[in-house]
Amino acid sequence: MSISVQNISKSYGPVQAVKAVSFEVLEGEIFGLIGPDGAGKTTLFRILASLLLPDAGQARVDGLDVVQDYKALRRRIGYMPGRFSLYQDLSVEENLGFFANVFGAHIRDNYDLIRDIYVQLEPFSDRRAGALSGGMKQKLALCCALIHRPRVLFLDEPGTGVDPVSRKEFWDMLRRLRASGITILVSTAYMDEAALCDRVALIQKGEILAIDTPRGLTAAYRHPLFAVRSDDMYRLIRDLRDLTPDADCYAFGEYAHLVVPGGGSPSAAILQYLEARGHTGVELLPVQATVEDSFIDLMKNGVWTT
Amino acid sequence: MNRFFAFVIKEFRHIYRDRRTMLILFGMPVIQVLLFGFVLTNEIKNAAIAILDPSKDEASLRLTSKLLSSGYFRLERSLASADALEPAFRQGKIKLALVFPPGFSHTLRHDGTAQLQLIGDASDPNTATTLINYANAIILDFQREQVALSNPNAPGAPPGIRVETRMRYNPEQKAVFNFVPGVMTLILMLVSAMMTSITLAREKELGTMEVLLVSPLQPLQILLGKTAPYLALSFLNTVLVVALGMLVFGMPMRGSFLLLGLECLLYMFVALSLGIFISTRAKTQMVAMFASALGLMMPTILLSGFLFPRESMPLLLQIISVLFPATWFIPIIKGVMIKGVGLEYLWKETLVLALMALGFIGLSLRNFKNRLE
Amino acid sequence: MDYVIQTEQLTKRFGTFTAVNAISFAVTRGEVFGFLGANGAGKTTALKMLTGLLTPSSGRATVAGFDVWRQPEAVKRRIGYMSQRFSLYEDLTVRENIRLYGGIYGLKRAAIRVKTADLLERLDIGAYADQLVAGLPLGWRQKLAFSVALLHEPRIVFLDEPTSGVDPLTRRQFWDLIYEAAHAGVTLMITTHYMDEAEYCDRVSIMVDGKIEALDTPRNMKAAFGAEDMDEVFRLLARATATND
Repeated sequence: MSISVQNISKSYGPVQAVKAVSFEVLEGEIFGLIGPDGAGKTTLFRILASLLLPDAGQARVDGLDVVQDYKALRRRIGYMPGRFSLYQDLSVEENLGFFANVFGAHIRDNYDLIRDIYVQLEPFSDRRAGALSGGMKQKLALCCALIHRPRVLFLDEPGTGVDPVSRKEFWDMLRRLRASGITILVSTAYMDEAALCDRVALIQKGEILAIDTPRGLTAAYRHPLFAVRSDDMYRLIRDLRDLTPDADCYAFGEYAHLVVPGGGSPSAAILQYLEARGHTGVELLPVQATVEDSFIDLMKNGVWTT
Repeated sequence: MNRFFAFVIKEFRHIYRDRRTMLILFGMPVIQVLLFGFVLTNEIKNAAIAILDPSKDEASLRLTSKLLSSGYFRLERSLASADALEPAFRQGKIKLALVFPPGFSHTLRHDGTAQLQLIGDASDPNTATTLINYANAIILDFQREQVALSNPNAPGAPPGIRVETRMRYNPEQKAVFNFVPGVMTLILMLVSAMMTSITLAREKELGTMEVLLVSPLQPLQILLGKTAPYLALSFLNTVLVVALGMLVFGMPMRGSFLLLGLECLLYMFVALSLGIFISTRAKTQMVAMFASALGLMMPTILLSGFLFPRESMPLLLQIISVLFPATWFIPIIKGVMIKGVGLEYLWKETLVLALMALGFIGLSLRNFKNRLE
Repeated sequence: MDYVIQTEQLTKRFGTFTAVNAISFAVTRGEVFGFLGANGAGKTTALKMLTGLLTPSSGRATVAGFDVWRQPEAVKRRIGYMSQRFSLYEDLTVRENIRLYGGIYGLKRAAIRVKTADLLERLDIGAYADQLVAGLPLGWRQKLAFSVALLHEPRIVFLDEPTSGVDPLTRRQFWDLIYEAAHAGVTLMITTHYMDEAEYCDRVSIMVDGKIEALDTPRNMKAAFGAEDMDEVFRLLARATATND
């Protein structure tokens, strides 16, 4: 067990940011905390990184208590806060050197760990960190968080504000890091990134909605789900919401996803209904739910009891 | 130790890469000294005075001519009787009146002491104080000449003459002698306190403080690492300001450079610990800046006796001014540079500053959390 | 065609660096136009020129029929703007924010009152009308900000990453609002890092190194690149540059 969280709660005044959250992360696992802004992800990260004291509950990271053993803990973890946490006026090389020194590490000793990432930064080693693109900044921050070879890596929303290409590369790096045995706890508001984690916890308003593998999460989706499109998507979504009283329809990429709880309407009936409403270019096919579908369902209907 | 030096090096890089910081660090002291020295000088020249001299003897005439030839005073009217004093002041024609007793020469020679009356226009207390100080200094000088004339072998003053020593060390009443210590005090406070509080708040704002806290760096290492570069730069600044004062404005240096350096160092510690104390409270650079400006700069300028004499402040403000380090530091600089006295005269002020330094460092260490709020 | 935005060889140079390199495109009335690109590709600079905040180095652009270079004030009156970073004053209440924006755009007091009531009802936040915006959930704030941007009935609204960090359900509700506005004839120009949102747009453009490298409907674009989804299209186009920008 690399991280174990038991009934952790934290309030800021009247606002309960984290409500009795419990989960466990195995060694060498990429564990994702998936949820929107304000779900309590950052508070959880700060508690686990020993930066905040929980109001209640217990948490251990790499066997160490986050409250009592915070000094020893801080040597074993790497932490990348949500905001860009480097010195903008220092160069790439100076940033890396500084964090290595602060953690009492030598760049050459741990270079093997960051080599894949740092080679991309090397051409700009003299450039000020503030002048790097968003993706490059995140890579540098990751190098700085890794330079002392931590046992556990905390990455709080590394993908926010970063374009999809850089985000994809970032995830490729995380998967390579996992191979070297580092446990990674990562948070994101991008639901599609859940699929890249070994296991995920869906979190909303300080509460965990579900914990599972991405596959398990989507397999547990209970309703028949269709992808539908027509030439007039705006009208299509409105019409489909009127299909049955409990039908729901929302935009989902090129298609709209139609949820029909109870499964009362077979596809033929839906097609007929749409034709009657004058839709053209209609396509309708049953689809497998994604993590995002699951999240929406959990948000609307509460925690699954299965 | 390696950790600590890495931190200090990083801090120096922040400083020399930020043009604004560099400007504040080195532009401000020079500009302030020159500004105060040349522009804001509160020297008064050719002030209109009245003289009531019923004696008209050798000594009174000699003192009168000494006063008028100083350049500070201009004889507006010679008064015939004490009744003429009141209207002269009321019309606002004169700023100061000097009243001789009858038989001034005689009394001075025979009794060794004589009474003189200086009357200032207190509707403008600053000018009045300054003028009275000028006049006092000239009278004292005159007294010394008299003593030397009457008894050339006796060192010091013969018994019976009460010597006002207050202005003795600055007979020319140069305003710059007041401003250079004031500016030093201000600059050291500004650089040390304001800059440290801002730079610590910046780490919080950027989010880098989170990473530093999570690192094995000790809180004390973070604090010292932040302050060390500013300590060095403040010291450089002090040298710059003292050099300017001496070379451009002819400020004397009668005491020991070593003592001055050590006292400056002590005052910087107080300022730095104040800066850290502010930053443990302030979350953003803006808050840190306002707190330093309102909480430190304003009182340093207004209450420490730098611009306005503490003697003429209301009692409440005098009491409050005791709480500010500058109030204690200005007498130290003046003591060392102008009077040339040693620690035996300045131990009280030094002790107060030392206690302040200890107090604030203790407070900030206690307040500096190794966690977020 | 009724073009609401039209650019010809629009260019912006900063010193020797060309941030926007001769882009030409047109957006029609009621269109939802996705404006995509990697970080640093020039999207923000282009948006600033179209909203009259930056003057172009060369080329021309008209927005709502006015030249952005010669009549920036006329342009500003006819556009709405909402960004993820700043949209509403958090220390004002919902009602105060609405009144403020109405006032900025010169709406009559009576009109503001009517619109406020209408807006509160449509978003179903009447109960929160006199609460500080800071206390509202992020998703609500974004919906409110969008509605406020529509208050003065602009012909076009620019949305800069409007849904960043918002939960999936609220994100859909936000898109419902976008569709509704488009249906009413408002043109919408949107930047986003969610590639699924790119698919909701009528047409998208992808900027790479200051140039528009592709511009088409999501469907045609995917077909042209033989890609599964827009994410793949984006990666194919932007990869070459994103690694060495």
